[in-house]
Amino acid sequence: MPSYISKCAGPPPLVFFSSASIVPSFLPFRFSCNTLCCWCHSFRPSLPSVSTSPTPPPLSKCAAPPPLSDSSSAADHVVQRHHRRSTLSLHSAMSIFGGMIARKFSSATTRSLHVCVVGSGPAGFYTAEKMLKAHKGAEVDIIDRLPTPFGLVRSGVAPDHPETKIVINQFSRVAHNERCSFFGNVTLGSSISLSELRQIYHVVVLAYGAESDRVLGIPGEELKGVHSAREFVWWYNGHPDFSNLTPDLKSTDTAIVLGQGNVALDVARILLRSPKELSTTDIANHALTALSESSIRKVYLVGRRGPVQAACTAKELREILAIKDLYVNIKEADLVKTSSDEEEMKNNRIRKRVFELLSKASTSRSPSQSSGQRELHFTFFRKPDKFLESYDKSGYVDGVHFEKTTLKENDSGNQIAIGTGEYEDIKCGLVLKSIGYKSIPIDGLPFDQSKGVVPNIKGRVISSSNGGENEDGLYVCGWLKRGPTGIIATNLYDAEETVASISEDIEKKEVTSQKAGREGLVHLLENKKIKFVTFGDWEKIDFEEKKVGSLKGKPREKLATWNDLLEVTTK
Amino acid sequence: MPSFPLLLGPFELIGGCVVSENTMFTSKSLQLGAQAIEGLSKVSRFSKSALPVTITQRKSYIQGRELFSTTPTDNADKVNEETQKISVTFVDKDGEEKQIKVPIGMSMLEAAHQNDIELEGACEGSLACSTCHVIVMDVEQYNKLEEPTDEENDMLDLAFGLTETSRLGCQVIAKPELDGLRLALPAATRNFAVDGFKPKPH
Repeated sequence: MPSYISKCAGPPPLVFFSSASIVPSFLPFRFSCNTLCCWCHSFRPSLPSVSTSPTPPPLSKCAAPPPLSDSSSAADHVVQRHHRRSTLSLHSAMSIFGGMIARKFSSATTRSLHVCVVGSGPAGFYTAEKMLKAHKGAEVDIIDRLPTPFGLVRSGVAPDHPETKIVINQFSRVAHNERCSFFGNVTLGSSISLSELRQIYHVVVLAYGAESDRVLGIPGEELKGVHSAREFVWWYNGHPDFSNLTPDLKSTDTAIVLGQGNVALDVARILLRSPKELSTTDIANHALTALSESSIRKVYLVGRRGPVQAACTAKELREILAIKDLYVNIKEADLVKTSSDEEEMKNNRIRKRVFELLSKASTSRSPSQSSGQRELHFTFFRKPDKFLESYDKSGYVDGVHFEKTTLKENDSGNQIAIGTGEYEDIKCGLVLKSIGYKSIPIDGLPFDQSKGVVPNIKGRVISSSNGGENEDGLYVCGWLKRGPTGIIATNLYDAEETVASISEDIEKKEVTSQKAGREGLVHLLENKKIKFVTFGDWEKIDFEEKKVGSLKGKPREKLATWNDLLEVTTK
Repeated sequence: MPSFPLLLGPFELIGGCVVSENTMFTSKSLQLGAQAIEGLSKVSRFSKSALPVTITQRKSYIQGRELFSTTPTDNADKVNEETQKISVTFVDKDGEEKQIKVPIGMSMLEAAHQNDIELEGACEGSLACSTCHVIVMDVEQYNKLEEPTDEENDMLDLAFGLTETSRLGCQVIAKPELDGLRLALPAATRNFAVDGFKPKPH
């Protein structure tokens, strides 16, 4: 019998509901509700290790819907106030029925299927959501190496794209599901091995993404001032591993971004947007300071192929072209299409619309640029050949040596870039390589080094030693499964596929073995003295970040170091 | 005053499926509208009756940027409210049909969620994702809709199983001419293939 019902403190004081106006504006609704509302934390599971606290831990257990968005608008407050009223109306009823429900519930929970999802980004959360839905007897634990959940929604999505982060609301509801638990600060491969996980759980789904970068393999790649776009993104998004990246934005006026995908457009936009506009986003404080002092005025977005092959999507392109007072340079000669280009565009709506936007931008730009104006140069048909080292500053990048390219159709009908033997240098003091992410293998996991993914069929991991058979109970989802492409929603379909495979396998081979599941994990982590972070702990971080952010007019101020993050969880 | 049997959230939480069955979302327009209403009622959060507890609430609809509010005691208004709903049929992934009544001014995303139709809404109607993609099954009905904006098209670019009559559910707003609207959820395209429907790329 779960002990949580005993924590119910009865109906909240009425004064709370009539004093909404004295609740500070930064206070997230969930907190207000949770501190005073018994049923919010009444129905949450108590983890063995955290149930010893004599007082209900703040923030951790409210099942009420999360705040509507990161920024608390006046409208949000109205909605939130309304919800408090409903809560009040329901409250007495809940107190009466609470015990009854809990009894009914505890007898109905014969949880036979223990599932562990590794990684709490979109792929992990969508997998958890689908698993919980498909298997009413499943208990799903999500582990993550960071103390914070949501993966790239937190550390990848650009700070000026708050709408894209709204999906966090949905993921939070998954985490609040009574059969779901989050274990942050747990690293697969060091805190716990894959074989240990597989011993504890019936099903292990790896959804830990791609935390490394593809390399160009050309001379000078190690020079200072050459970064991967991922590092730069993690830096401005306050990822604790890269908050000390400190890219030098002050000794140069030019940055080169290699690649023309959405990540490339994101980093270019962050470099070119006015820091004042960024100051109201959740951009990391250290990044905002550095960008405010940045001397970079000119950004080159360089692609090996032409405008028809640019990998970005229309939304991101439209957005960067709309930056205020920005001089956009696209060479008209680059916009000449071949018949192969026409064919490519005919079959691809995105390519067609991106090309149209680029064409429009090349003709509508102002004829002359004013001094000091920020500049964006789309540079097509250039392949980086080597990075140039500065004469004055040894070890630092000073420019990129490019080879001009032309397009040629390969055997599979794709147009690929072929060097022409002509070269051109572009000077710069900062290079951001946005040429793709790469997954990292772990011990005991089959891994296709060339493709950078785990070999799988519809999410079922294929054994490397076992004659190509499936690894029992081991699955993949997201970038680790299909490579680092696609949008957040791609993971929705991806998770559906993986969960369908899991369901099929369970149907074929009934789960009879007993596994320790969550209890086993907690036991193991405690034995190893690993201090894991619960979803409630994350909500303390979330609360703290929003509180500090509200004082600065930001939706949140991210805690950007491991120490800061972990310290808040112990409060 | 009409009474609405409310779902008590925790029941679903206990069942463990609150996430997808009772997805709460709020569109930008709803948030705007909400500023005007003190007693805003979000029925969707409490749809599905599970307990014999009825809570009397004032009912008001936030619709697009307009506000339609009925005085619950007024029968004339109640009739008026009935006439201000259109009938919409959703065809799910397996070809199962569900007909619902949608108040004029409400988006199909919001209507779907109020009626437990499984339509994702990752960005909650803020035009930042493509998860509420629906396919208008009748071209004539499709033509009655306003042209999609550039922003909607940008998201449709990324939609799974795009067809010539695809739209985002959050951008299709109920209006009288759309009565009888039939919307398919994307994976259902394989079902219309049987009826001679051939999805084409744009």
